[in-house]
Amino acid sequence: MSEDMKKRKMNSNTVLFHTMIWIPLLFILIFNYYPMISGFQIAFEDFKPGLGISGSEWVGFKHFARIFATADAVRAVRNTLIIACAKIIANLIIPIIIALLLNEIRVKWFKRTAQTLIYLPYFLSWVILASIMINLLSTDGGLVNRAIEALGGNSVFFLGDNSVFRKTLVVSDVWKNFGYNTIVYLAALTNIDPTFYEAASIDGAGRWKQTIHITLPGISMFIVLMTILGIGSVLNAGFDQVFNLYNVSVYESGDIIDTLVYRLGIQQQQYSFSTAVGFFKSVVSLVLIVGSNWLADKFAGYKVF
Amino acid sequence: MREFYSKGRIAFQIFNYILITALTLLCVLPIIHVLAMSFSSAAYVDSNLVSLWPLGLTTAAYRFVIKNVAFWTSFGVTLRRLLVGVPLNLILTILAAYPLSKDELTFKARKYYVWLFLFVMLFNAGLIPTYLLVKSIGLVDSVWALVLPTGVNVFNIVLMMNFFRGIPKEIEESALVEGAKQHTILFRLFLPLAKPSIATITLFSFMQHWNSWMEGRIYMNNTSYYPLQTYLQTVMESSDTVLQNSNLDAIVDQMAVSGQNLRAAQLFISIIPVLIIYPFLQKYFTAGLVVGSVKG
Repeated sequence: MSEDMKKRKMNSNTVLFHTMIWIPLLFILIFNYYPMISGFQIAFEDFKPGLGISGSEWVGFKHFARIFATADAVRAVRNTLIIACAKIIANLIIPIIIALLLNEIRVKWFKRTAQTLIYLPYFLSWVILASIMINLLSTDGGLVNRAIEALGGNSVFFLGDNSVFRKTLVVSDVWKNFGYNTIVYLAALTNIDPTFYEAASIDGAGRWKQTIHITLPGISMFIVLMTILGIGSVLNAGFDQVFNLYNVSVYESGDIIDTLVYRLGIQQQQYSFSTAVGFFKSVVSLVLIVGSNWLADKFAGYKVF
Repeated sequence: MREFYSKGRIAFQIFNYILITALTLLCVLPIIHVLAMSFSSAAYVDSNLVSLWPLGLTTAAYRFVIKNVAFWTSFGVTLRRLLVGVPLNLILTILAAYPLSKDELTFKARKYYVWLFLFVMLFNAGLIPTYLLVKSIGLVDSVWALVLPTGVNVFNIVLMMNFFRGIPKEIEESALVEGAKQHTILFRLFLPLAKPSIATITLFSFMQHWNSWMEGRIYMNNTSYYPLQTYLQTVMESSDTVLQNSNLDAIVDQMAVSGQNLRAAQLFISIIPVLIIYPFLQKYFTAGLVVGSVKG
C-alpha cells in the first residue's frame, strides 16, 4: 500500500467515524445540551411560555436568591441531605455484611437460591413497590401493622407520620437495593486470593480472624471507592421512590429537591423558579462529582473518567 | 479443605442460615402477598384477612382486568415503546461506542467526543427545561416523547466501548491487512464478539422502558397514551379509578371484585414479564455490571 492510498483510506475511515458518532451526538445535543442552555436562560429570566425564552425578561439572580428565602426550598434541601446521606451509609454497610454472611454459606444450592431471590425487588419499579408497600404498611389492617399489633405493639403510621417517614424511605430503599449491591461485593470477595485463607487456617486463624485480617482488607479499597463515589449523589434522595410514597402530611420530613421541582414546575407552572432550584442542584452535584472523583483517583487510584 | 467446627462456629452457622432465609423471604413474600390477594374474593381482601394464601379462591379480578380497556391500552403503549425504544437505544449505543473504541491515532477527534458524551453524565439539564423542550417540539401525546429524550444512554455507551476496547487489536489488524472495510469489522467481527454486551444493554434498556413512569405522566395529556407504569400509578392513587372508567359489561362483575383486588391483579400481571426474563437478567446484569465496574 502506498503512503497516499493509506492516507486516503485513513481519511475515509475518519469520515465514517465522524458520521457514525454524529447521529447519537445529535440526540444529546438536542435533549441534553439544548436544555442546559435554555435552562440557564430560564433560571435567570421571568420566563413566560407566551413570550418565549428570548422574549422573557432577564432578572438575574432573583430566583436563586429566592431559593434560600423560601421555607419549602430550604426544607427540601435539608430533607434531601438527610435522606440521601442515610441511604448512602445504609446501602454501603448492609450489603457488605450480607455479602460476608452469604460468603460463609457452604451449601451451594442454598447460597444460589438466596442470591437469586434477594435481588428480585431491584428489578421492580417504585410504582409497583410503592403500591405493595402502601398495602402492607396500611394502618387499616396492613400485614405489617397486624404483625406489630399481634406482638402487643401499637400500629405505626409508616407513610403518614413525620417521625417515621424518613426511616420508612431508608429501610425500603435498602430492601429494594441490598440484593443487587450484595452481588457487587460478592464479586469483589471472589477476587481475594484463596491461598491467603489456606495460609491463615494453617496458622490456626478461625473464620472470624480470617474475616477481620483477610476479607475486609481485601475489599477495603472497594469500600473506600464506593464511599467516595457516594458523595457525588448526596443531592439524589430518590425521586422515584419519594414521589410514589409521599403525601401532603409528610412534606415536612419527606419533600426533597426533585419532588419540589416537580410540583413547582409541572403542577404550578412556576417555570423559572423550579428551573433555578433544579439548576442549583445540578451545579452543586457537578462540583461534588468532580471532587469525589478527584478523591477517588487520589486515595484509591481509581479513574472513572 | 476440612473445616474445624467449634461450638461457636455451629451456633454462628445456624444463626446465619436463619438470617439469610429471613432476608430471602423478605424479598419474595410481598410479591406472594400480591398474588394471594389477586386470587382471593373481594370480601376477604377488603376485610384484610388475606396474607400469603388466597382465600375464597376466584379469578374474578383477572376476568375483570381482561375486560379493562384502559389497562390493555397502557400495556399496548408500553409494548410500542419497547419495540421502538430498545432497538433505538441499541443502535445509538453501537454508533457511538464503535468510533469511541478506536485509539487516537486512528480517530484523532476521539477525545473531544468522549468529553461531549461524558459531560452529560456529570451535569443534568434538569426536569423543567427538558419538559419545556419536549412540549415545544410537539412530542406531547406521542410515543416518541417516551423514547427520543432517553435514546442515548451514556452509561451503556461506556459499557459497550470498554467491551470493544477489550477485543485484542490483532483481530482487527489482521482483518485490515486482508482488506476488510470498517463495516465488515463492525458487523462480522465486533458485534458477534460483543453478544454478551449487547444482551446486557438490551436488558438494561428493556428494564428502563418497562419501569419508567414519569415521562408518561408529564408528556401525555390524554390518559389513553399512558404507559403501563403511569397507568398503575393512577390506579394506586385512587383505588376507584378502574371501577369508574370501566365499561358497562364489566359492572356486572363488580360485586365480586374490589379496588384492592383489582390493583393486586394488575400489579401481578405487570410483574410477569420481569419474572419471565429474570433468568436472563441474572445472567447478564451481573456480568455487565462487573465489566462496567472493573473498567469504569
